Amino acid sequence: MADVKKIATRDSYGAALAELGKEHDDLIVFDADLAGATKTGTFKKAFPDRHFNCGIAEGNMIAVAAGASTMGLVPFASSFAMFAAGRAFEQVRNSIGYPHLNVKIGATHGGISVGEDGASHQCCEDFALMRSIPGMVVMSPADDVEARAAVKAAYEYVGPVYLRFGRLAVPVFHDEATFQFEIGKGEVLQDGTDVAIIANGLMVNEAIEAGKVLKEAGVSARVINLCTIKPLDEELVLKAAQECGKVITCEEHSIIGGLGEAVCALLSEKCPTPVRRIGVNDEFGHSGPAAALLKQFGLSADHIVEVAKDFCGK
Amino acid sequence: MTASEKKQLMATACKVRMGVIEGTHGAKAGHPGGSLSAADVFTYLYFKELNIDPKNPKWEDRDRFVLSKGHTAPGLYAALAERGFFPVADLPTLRHIDSYLQGHPNMNTVPGVDMSTGSLGQGISCAAGMALAAKHQGKTCRVYALLGDGEIQEGQVWEAFMLAHHYQLDNLCAVIDNNGLQIDGPVDKVMSPYPIPDKLRSFGWNVVEIDGHDFDQIEAAFAKARETKGVPTAIVMKTTKGKGVSYMENQAGWHGKAPNDEEYEIAMTELKAQLAEVEAM
Repeated sequence: MADVKKIATRDSYGAALAELGKEHDDLIVFDADLAGATKTGTFKKAFPDRHFNCGIAEGNMIAVAAGASTMGLVPFASSFAMFAAGRAFEQVRNSIGYPHLNVKIGATHGGISVGEDGASHQCCEDFALMRSIPGMVVMSPADDVEARAAVKAAYEYVGPVYLRFGRLAVPVFHDEATFQFEIGKGEVLQDGTDVAIIANGLMVNEAIEAGKVLKEAGVSARVINLCTIKPLDEELVLKAAQECGKVITCEEHSIIGGLGEAVCALLSEKCPTPVRRIGVNDEFGHSGPAAALLKQFGLSADHIVEVAKDFCGK
Repeated sequence: MTASEKKQLMATACKVRMGVIEGTHGAKAGHPGGSLSAADVFTYLYFKELNIDPKNPKWEDRDRFVLSKGHTAPGLYAALAERGFFPVADLPTLRHIDSYLQGHPNMNTVPGVDMSTGSLGQGISCAAGMALAAKHQGKTCRVYALLGDGEIQEGQVWEAFMLAHHYQLDNLCAVIDNNGLQIDGPVDKVMSPYPIPDKLRSFGWNVVEIDGHDFDQIEAAFAKARETKGVPTAIVMKTTKGKGVSYMENQAGWHGKAPNDEEYEIAMTELKAQLAEVEAM
């Protein structure tokens, strides 16, 4: 793993905005005093007249972005996931979701890998909150290549989109030359028939690593990346459930309301299948180095392997 | 304005008030009090101030109006209907299960509505976003927002005021309907927002204080707003909640209650008499 390039998806977000900004004059960016951390500062450097700092007032920023979108601009509004999806939930719901406006919410610092800042900043509820808004597209890209593609797709899509990015540098496993991205479409990264491991965000790389270890242990795992939590790629999930008979979901989010529950809801109605959910249990995080926290909260390849083996009776 | 223009506005305001009564009576619900206090400013905006085209409600260079105090949709709908955005006859369908006239403004169903609102405090932010975007795009259109005096208890309103001043949004005009009453009683008893003009001035806004039922003062205030460069303008207008219907005036109880059949008849009789009086002028 030593040679694997690692990039935080928040960096990918900033780079993608700056890239898109060159082609599209109607793309504008709002931030709430976190441009350095959300990486919208990268866009600001390139296009200072299209970057608007709203100060530490996230609810206002979201509604300002909503208003700007009605004038034909395509705003990306950014803050940490805790504040973009959490604090400003009701503004997102009523000023963006209800009128179905063309605003993109670029939320960084999602999940427990925020690290040392601790539980107040570790948002593990954003998928649950954003999924519950009618018409909202929710995405959690896994690496740099996918994150940049997701930002581009979000710009091209007309309607509200929530994008979650991470603070921690994570391995880049997609090949940019061949990678194709489509909102609402998952991808099979490793084929298998004993168990389907469905992941998103930084858990995709852990699932890939787990898939390799399981293969050696005689467990054939199908590893699936579901960047888009909503709308869910139902066809891919149902096929995996039918062909593998067991499903494990992996997300850097509470096991309540996120990818795991979305998959469970689909399967219980259309293809009842045993499911094990890996995510943050019903508890808050705490301060610590990101890598150590991920391990401690079971968000690791080792834990996936353990759960899969137990699930498959190995 | 000429005497005949003023007379025309006064007559239209009577019809807008009748529309409020028609709507809330038809809905058996809704908010007549704050719709009536703002009826004169709704009338002035839609018949004199706003650069709009009822035949082309989505015209991209139009002036925008955001009803930040979205619960007074009956007033906005009455003005829009009177101006020709949709039939006046539809007003009594307000809040009905099959009506496009939603309980709070919906920009996707009601022609002429520029922003969906209803959750207090958000509309002024949306209006600021429109004004910011218009400046960025080099558009000369203006953006107007109407807020309640109770609404400004929402902290987000002050975030928006701060932003509008910071970005020098002189194309934004916020009107604050100071009718003095909110659901639970007088605003200064519930949670005093006073002194409103001083607070706004300290946020860097140009502030004009007027009687919100006097068309000459309303006209002068909007003219002042248009002339003022570099800062946004707030028009703080003193009004009477329930204005025009005797038993509703200055009664907090009529904030969110519909007139029954008998009350409807009384209200319409009073408003028709007021209209006849204006027409006889």
